[in-house]
Amino acid sequence: MTDLPDHPDFLWADPEPKKAYDVIVVGGGGHGLATAYYLAKVHGITNVAVLEKGWLAGGNMARNTTIIRSNYLWDESSGIYEHSLKLWEGLEEDLGYPILFSQRGVLNLAHSLQDVRDSVRRVEANKLNGIDAEWVDADGVKEICPIVNTSPDVRYPVLGATFQPRAGIAKHDYVAWGFARAAHERGVDLIQNCEVTGISTTDGRVTGVETSRGRIAAGKVALCAAGHSSVLARMVGLDLPLMSHPLQALVSELLEPIHPTVVMSNAVHVYVSQAHKGELVMGAGIDSYNGYGQRGSFHIIEQQMAAALELFPVFARAHLLRTWAGIVDVSPDASPIIGLTPVENLFLNCGWGTGGFKATPGVGDVFAATIARGKPHEYAEPFSLDRFTTGALVDEHGAAAVAH
Amino acid sequence: MQLIPCPWCGPREEAEFHYGGQAHVAYPSDPSALSDEEWAKFVFFRANPSGPFAERWSHSAGCRRWFNAVRDTRTHDLLAVYRLDEPKPVIP
Ligand SMILES: Cc1cc2nc3c(=O)[nH]c(=O)nc-3n(C[C@H](O)[C@H](O)[C@H](O)COP(=O)(O)OP(=O)(O)OC[C@H]3O[C@@H](n4cnc5c(N)ncnc54)[C@H](O)[C@@H]3O)c2cc1C
Ligand SMILES: [Zn+2]
Repeated sequence: MTDLPDHPDFLWADPEPKKAYDVIVVGGGGHGLATAYYLAKVHGITNVAVLEKGWLAGGNMARNTTIIRSNYLWDESSGIYEHSLKLWEGLEEDLGYPILFSQRGVLNLAHSLQDVRDSVRRVEANKLNGIDAEWVDADGVKEICPIVNTSPDVRYPVLGATFQPRAGIAKHDYVAWGFARAAHERGVDLIQNCEVTGISTTDGRVTGVETSRGRIAAGKVALCAAGHSSVLARMVGLDLPLMSHPLQALVSELLEPIHPTVVMSNAVHVYVSQAHKGELVMGAGIDSYNGYGQRGSFHIIEQQMAAALELFPVFARAHLLRTWAGIVDVSPDASPIIGLTPVENLFLNCGWGTGGFKATPGVGDVFAATIARGKPHEYAEPFSLDRFTTGALVDEHGAAAVAH
Repeated sequence: MQLIPCPWCGPREEAEFHYGGQAHVAYPSDPSALSDEEWAKFVFFRANPSGPFAERWSHSAGCRRWFNAVRDTRTHDLLAVYRLDEPKPVIP
């Protein structure tokens, strides 16, 4: 059993904002914290503030179902997600902090002939990119996760699955606290209850931000605001091809260890793992409409539970403990947007939608390099905003694992 | 579950409806004249405000008709519901 971490209050200071910083990172979620950490660690840029309107990592970072994997289809995605997975594998040591990273593997189920074909294609693509992946049939699924119902007599029978053994879960709060502590130790100011209300520019160049705690000057501004990215970009007149949607998840009461891996089903819309303490953690698809309310529709949960029960009849008597929602920013090709903007020194990281937790260390590293050098890191390059004009989309709907 | 007032059927459960995204997006009048940037805007970019938003819904499990609504995306409150041939209401 890993030691439990210290209480977050003791992990970082609570400073007053300074008048000016070299880099201001907007958004104190996992991405913002990781970006600040790598700016300081890799690039020696320490005059950095992370501005968070609420409490540190209280947005999607605190709400996600913590699934980490890199089995995406395209080379561009393999680049950045596998880079991230490799960083996860050394992160506990790098941060000197427990994050309960557990490589228990992930099964992505196939329920139709077309699912099977797409899955096998993705497995082959993964292998070509050096990513561990295999196709397993229904018996193989049963061997890896005995509680999955592989009977052919259900509405959407399990025909097999892709399996990535190095995939897994981590404890999201600890990940955020680990990055926050390590960034703080390197001199980064973490400023909570500080909402960015405006972005100032002069001659097309960013000069600072307006906040609920006054004006702060900045050489560079980096947006890591997940679901609120459209709102922030509008402050400089920039439109983004994003839709913000509620995405819900739920947990059961604590149960004995019963679920050894992670199971995802795009077709019947449920993702299940068992948290370290014992809760069943389940996610669903997004709510159909745009929303910033951090509250979703009940029928989504009903559908998710119906799907879970058909796949896992053994859950029938489990009690639901809590449900909640986050706001995710979904892009047209289900891939993120990372890089420069038409405004000089304003940098963008958004559009991770339903799947950005797994990218936390990877995007932190890649985005920090992009900010420090003023040009896209090679893994960020394919994800620039102009791909929606050039048409060079990175269509990952099939591997995003949440239908949207 | 949210009740949505269909202009023809009255308030029905949200699960009877299908969401259609932003309302009042006109197809380009002269498509061949559009630049790549303009095409990108038309195909991929939609308003995503935090606040009142004019959007389309279809009462797909009811009368099957499309209509427009102005909804506050922060609270999900429907501020107005109106037919496609009616103008967008002014929300105070
Ligand atoms: C229910 C759910 C399940 C998910 N499951 C998974 C999963 O299993 N695996 C996976 O990889 N991903 C998952 N995700 C997606 C993942 O959580 C996000 O993609 C990722 O967290 C986004 O990056 P972030 O952590 O920085 O975002 P956030 O933690 O949301 O950080 C953004 C921060 O910006 C702050 N902010 C916004 N506006 C302002 C402003 N004006 N001024 C100051 N601060 C501001 C917010 O308060 C917030 O803290 C899930 C998401 C949800 C909601
Ligand atoms: Zn109707």
